[in-house]
Amino acid sequence: MTVSKQALAHSAPSAEAAPGTPPGAARGAHGRGAPDGADSWRRRLYRWDMKASPYAFVSPFFLLFGAFTLVPLLYTAWYSLHDVQLSALDRQTWAGLANYTNLFSSDFFWNAVKNTFTIGVISTVPQLAAAIWLAHLLNYRLRGSTVWRVVMLTPYATSVAAATLVFTLLYSFDGGLVNWLLHFVGVGPVNWRESDWGSQFAVSSIVVWRWTGYNALIYLAAMQAIPADLYESAALDGANRWQQFRHVTIPQLRPTVLFTVVVSTIGATQLFGEPLLFGGVSGSKGGSEHQYQTLGLYMYDQGWIIGNLGKASAIAWSMFLILLVVAAVNMLLTRRLRKSQ
Amino acid sequence: MTVSELSLPPAQVAVRDARRARGSRRGRMTGAGKQLHAGPLTYVVLVVFALASLAPLVWTAVAASRTDRRLAQTPPPLWFGGNLFKNLQAAWEQAGLGTAMLNSVIVAGTITVSTVVFSTLAGFAFAKLRFRFSALLLLLTIGTMMVPPQLAVVPLYLWIADLGWSNQLQTVILPSLVTAFGTFFMRQYLLQALPSELIEAARVDGASSLRVVWHVVFPAARPAMAVLGLLTFVFAWNDFLWPIIALNQQNPTVQVALNSLGTGYVPDQAVIMAGALLGTLPLLIAFLLFGKQIVGGIMQGAVKG
Repeated sequence: MTVSKQALAHSAPSAEAAPGTPPGAARGAHGRGAPDGADSWRRRLYRWDMKASPYAFVSPFFLLFGAFTLVPLLYTAWYSLHDVQLSALDRQTWAGLANYTNLFSSDFFWNAVKNTFTIGVISTVPQLAAAIWLAHLLNYRLRGSTVWRVVMLTPYATSVAAATLVFTLLYSFDGGLVNWLLHFVGVGPVNWRESDWGSQFAVSSIVVWRWTGYNALIYLAAMQAIPADLYESAALDGANRWQQFRHVTIPQLRPTVLFTVVVSTIGATQLFGEPLLFGGVSGSKGGSEHQYQTLGLYMYDQGWIIGNLGKASAIAWSMFLILLVVAAVNMLLTRRLRKSQ
Repeated sequence: MTVSELSLPPAQVAVRDARRARGSRRGRMTGAGKQLHAGPLTYVVLVVFALASLAPLVWTAVAASRTDRRLAQTPPPLWFGGNLFKNLQAAWEQAGLGTAMLNSVIVAGTITVSTVVFSTLAGFAFAKLRFRFSALLLLLTIGTMMVPPQLAVVPLYLWIADLGWSNQLQTVILPSLVTAFGTFFMRQYLLQALPSELIEAARVDGASSLRVVWHVVFPAARPAMAVLGLLTFVFAWNDFLWPIIALNQQNPTVQVALNSLGTGYVPDQAVIMAGALLGTLPLLIAFLLFGKQIVGGIMQGAVKG
């Protein structure tokens, strides 16, 4: 803070000079500048600094993005058109669209697409709904409000790996805590590993657990930014709390909801660690019937377990294209919603 | 002033203070939920949410203090047993968690420092400097968040094989040295927290861009840099996909070690739980110490996100 105060103290004299004027000019006007040659050199250096520095500041991001995302992304496209095997990395032969035709005619691929979609929906929808509810509660004046918020965020501190290991044990068939709790309400033991819906529910619940608090904080921030007058006029119109929530809070949250939907969609499309570890030893298969093998898992399985990196590349690009289509649909829906307002 | 207060942009602080003032004048504000006192029912529901958030973690510790055989029995244990230290030790040795922890500290620490510095520089440029294509480049930066990491891992894997870098830590550090999220986060903060007059004043004094960054931008950005550092550390500590491809049990990070622990052929569940507990402990401690700042950071990143 001290440094910025010093800088502030300097701001008074600066008012005389137009912003962006080279320092040499200001000094020259006071008649104590350097000799002409050095002065123009310094001025040039200053101008160059002004021009180049923004690019220098953003360049680390773009260089690293180029080197570790953009170039690899293009290479992935290139490899997806080749036969690349993990066992013989040097031998890369042109395969045309074979990896893609192979993929699109594979039941496992479509199974993975379907699973990714199903798990994506049953993890995102309850998660965001619960997050809005939780945010609404956290938005009341609470005792120890910070403590509540930190507590709701602790699952976010737990890594995918740690969380999944714990949930896998909670969901075990014999002696699992979940099945034991269910027996009190008269539900027989569920085979969370083997059954279709059971395993997908279990995997989704890990995602829901880890991210609900995080999203709640995002919604809470948005709720606190809603102007109070909106509630005041709603109250004057006789709206009760629920009506205020329904007709003031929710519409005001719409941009934030869309933001979280987009982010969650991106996350759901890439879902990988949870189903991998949920499967234990043969995790990359996504269960004995591939019942929870997601696209991310399928890619890892094909690339690093089966050893077909060309096909894995094709899966990665298919995943990206699906994501782009979903994003486009999201945007179209948003525009339609906005127009209908 | 606490860090989290500082981390609020001045405009927000002003709005908040104004609201508080208004609220207190009227005794109670009609609308905005925050000013309504929570009823008992609210607390009940919050306790349920809190239990749901904490119970799996507490139960991890319970399971880590039992034996594998006990964990397979019904009813499952609900209270601590006497095997915690034995299991922690077993996890530490079997999964190489000592190396893993050290590696994760190196990896996450390096990524954190670098991300914070580079993101602040780029965020400053986007927030306060005028340059050609800046709007386009910013849009591009945000757009890069859409690209799944899966799109890059195959070539990266082939490159590190070529370079003979398999199993070396730089393979997981280099790709994460700066993030689009960090850049955007710092831009949003500096847009409001750094008055342009300060920069102009320093300029008029003849300060070079680097001096401006050092003496004006970094001091103004410090609270947000701290928050970004915490968020980045959590992210880097928990990163999963690329580390399990690039590294193996010879030289693991914590997540890689947990992965091999969980996919081992003779799984001792109590030891696995001890490993999960150990691997999460550093972040839980960080949350205990800096939870308020982390919460503030996420909320702040959100509003304008």
